[in-house]
Amino acid sequence: MSGTFLGMPAFPEAARSAVADPVLRANLRHATHTIRARRARAVAELADWEALRQAGKEIKDHTLRHLDTHLLRLEEAVTSAGGVVHWAEDAEEANRIVTELVRATGEREVVKVKSMATQEIGLNEALEAAGIAAYETDLAELIVQLGEDRPSHILVPAIHRNRGEIRRIFRDRMGAWGRPAPDGLTDEPARLAEAARLHLREKFLRAKVGVSGANFMVAETGTLVVVESEGNGRMCLTLPETLISVVGVEKVVPTWRDLEVFLQTLPRSSTAERMSPYTSMWTGTSDGDGPRAFHLVLLDNGRTSALADATGRQALRCIRCSACLNVCPVYERAGGHAYGSVYPGPIGAILTPQLRGTVSELDASLPYASSLCGACYEVCPVAIDIPEVLVSLRERVAARGGSGHRVERAAMAAATWLFDHPGALAAGERLASATRRLHPSRPPGAGAWTAGRELPELPERSFRDWWRRERGKGS
Amino acid sequence: MRVALFVTCVNDAVYPSTGIAVVKLLERLGVAVDFPAGQTCCGQPQYNSGYREQARRLARRTAAAFADHRHVVVPSGSCAAMVRTHYARLGEAGLAPRVLELSEFLVDVLGVTDVGAYFPHRVAYHPSCHGLRLLGLGERPRRLLAAVRGLELVEQRGPEECCGFGGAFAVKNPDVSVAMGRDRVDAVREAGAEVLCGADNSCLMHLDGVARARTAGASAAAGPRTVHLAEILASTEEEPLR
Repeated sequence: MSGTFLGMPAFPEAARSAVADPVLRANLRHATHTIRARRARAVAELADWEALRQAGKEIKDHTLRHLDTHLLRLEEAVTSAGGVVHWAEDAEEANRIVTELVRATGEREVVKVKSMATQEIGLNEALEAAGIAAYETDLAELIVQLGEDRPSHILVPAIHRNRGEIRRIFRDRMGAWGRPAPDGLTDEPARLAEAARLHLREKFLRAKVGVSGANFMVAETGTLVVVESEGNGRMCLTLPETLISVVGVEKVVPTWRDLEVFLQTLPRSSTAERMSPYTSMWTGTSDGDGPRAFHLVLLDNGRTSALADATGRQALRCIRCSACLNVCPVYERAGGHAYGSVYPGPIGAILTPQLRGTVSELDASLPYASSLCGACYEVCPVAIDIPEVLVSLRERVAARGGSGHRVERAAMAAATWLFDHPGALAAGERLASATRRLHPSRPPGAGAWTAGRELPELPERSFRDWWRRERGKGS
Repeated sequence: MRVALFVTCVNDAVYPSTGIAVVKLLERLGVAVDFPAGQTCCGQPQYNSGYREQARRLARRTAAAFADHRHVVVPSGSCAAMVRTHYARLGEAGLAPRVLELSEFLVDVLGVTDVGAYFPHRVAYHPSCHGLRLLGLGERPRRLLAAVRGLELVEQRGPEECCGFGGAFAVKNPDVSVAMGRDRVDAVREAGAEVLCGADNSCLMHLDGVARARTAGASAAAGPRTVHLAEILASTEEEPLR
């Protein structure tokens, strides 16, 4: 995935600075609680929400089980509609394909629709290295790009920024990328949006190449679907002469009937809207309308290895709505950057270790970045049991026995032995109770607990001992 | 009626008063209580940390300890949820339907909400995540509390939010864990509750630890005091919880 996250510390360390930043905490708390409440209202409007959720899950599972069949059907349909399909096994291959396609047009710049897949592969950086400028056109992505920042949320990449910071970024950075911000720019949302509109319009009208992802690909007709709120996507998908779409292989759905389910659940789960303001659909190329050349780059980049994991594969159902981020108490305090990936929050904690592996300290720490409270599973519109996948990934990390896990394994083995020998457990409890007055209030090794928390006092005797004395021998 | 008490390892070693309260409460309601001595830990710490084989050993032990009992009462939503939702994956599906969290046993099996308790305090209830989302305890604990004489049930903002304990999470991610706990403690203080009641002593241990550390450090208001649901329900005018 994107190189911009390389070298980041493990989650607990990265989260520490976010927890200590009161402005960030306030921004995130306000934003996530607002979206959370709006989503709950939008979902409550539908009497058949649970049925839609179940249908979404089943459609995705069925499609993933026969992924090869649906992808070949998609390729055939896209090809016969005038598009060209490319297969990319990893980020490097996808970046090479896109770079060569842009080079072949002779252009040195592209306009981009907000896309998680192209961020995942670090396409902007790869294009830049090849001397091609990639302009993000989604408002929040523009803020992130101009600020030389990293996204911290799937749907609202600049959720960590407030409008004062956005004004400063626009004023200081827009000029270097194109049309400068208007003089006397204030931090009023309408003024900021107007500045972005003027800056971007110049790019839309000039660009000859557009780059997008897609929310869905309909196999039966070869139709791609982008759902968005600002209209920038519609501009990028229709104005340029060449359109290149980079899409993860799991985004395919078999038919338009299947699409009907997700076009209800995605907007309500993500932006809390009944329907997104712009739902763009295109099938190959059409004479005299829209791009004259269309390329679809189908991206694997770890997806088929995730598909091979019977528990982990459910992460591939994800439709990138962000509902899990907005209800997650850990995301709310740690912020998106701590996850070290373009996929933050609960879904990132199960997706990133499957796409990138669990070798780096950061990636191995992600499955533990959760209290397993289950709020994410409750709101997921495709019923991904995120806690179940987290536990399964912890098994993978524990089995590897990397840094820290050797000690943990020994401690777990000792505890399990003790719990498997009730006589020894009772003796241990008696010893602990008898010596409780001697215990230090900050015992060595308890530092992670006692920073910010007092320890409980041990009782005079265990329940087991009370029972023996008061109710006779155990039954 | 006769039931087995699965007291859980945390209650056994750290909070025996909760186990004692369950015994006294059930006996007061005419239920005979057994305490099978072979019981120890449900295996949740092992399971959630990724040590499935070790969890399997403890699941086997737990299932064997309660093999003869139709109703197994657990004063912990989290341990009850471990058995009910995960034991099937550990090859011990048989125990799952016989395990009941305390409020489920009282409301669903005994059919009581007024257990004759007395506890004259302002109480907020923290519905721990596993009881809330995995067991679906719903309004049962609140209905039991609402029927306690003298008890004033107060509502806190965001009651469904996780307290930040999360087992190993509490020590693997201490900063986020404590931040979550502080927000819950603050919500309960704002609601004006003197007592924070829950059905999981692990969560209460964390919240109590956070509340006491917060009080010790700054000028923040003291409390709340954390008390397990069973201890409030066991409290009577004749033998009140101190």
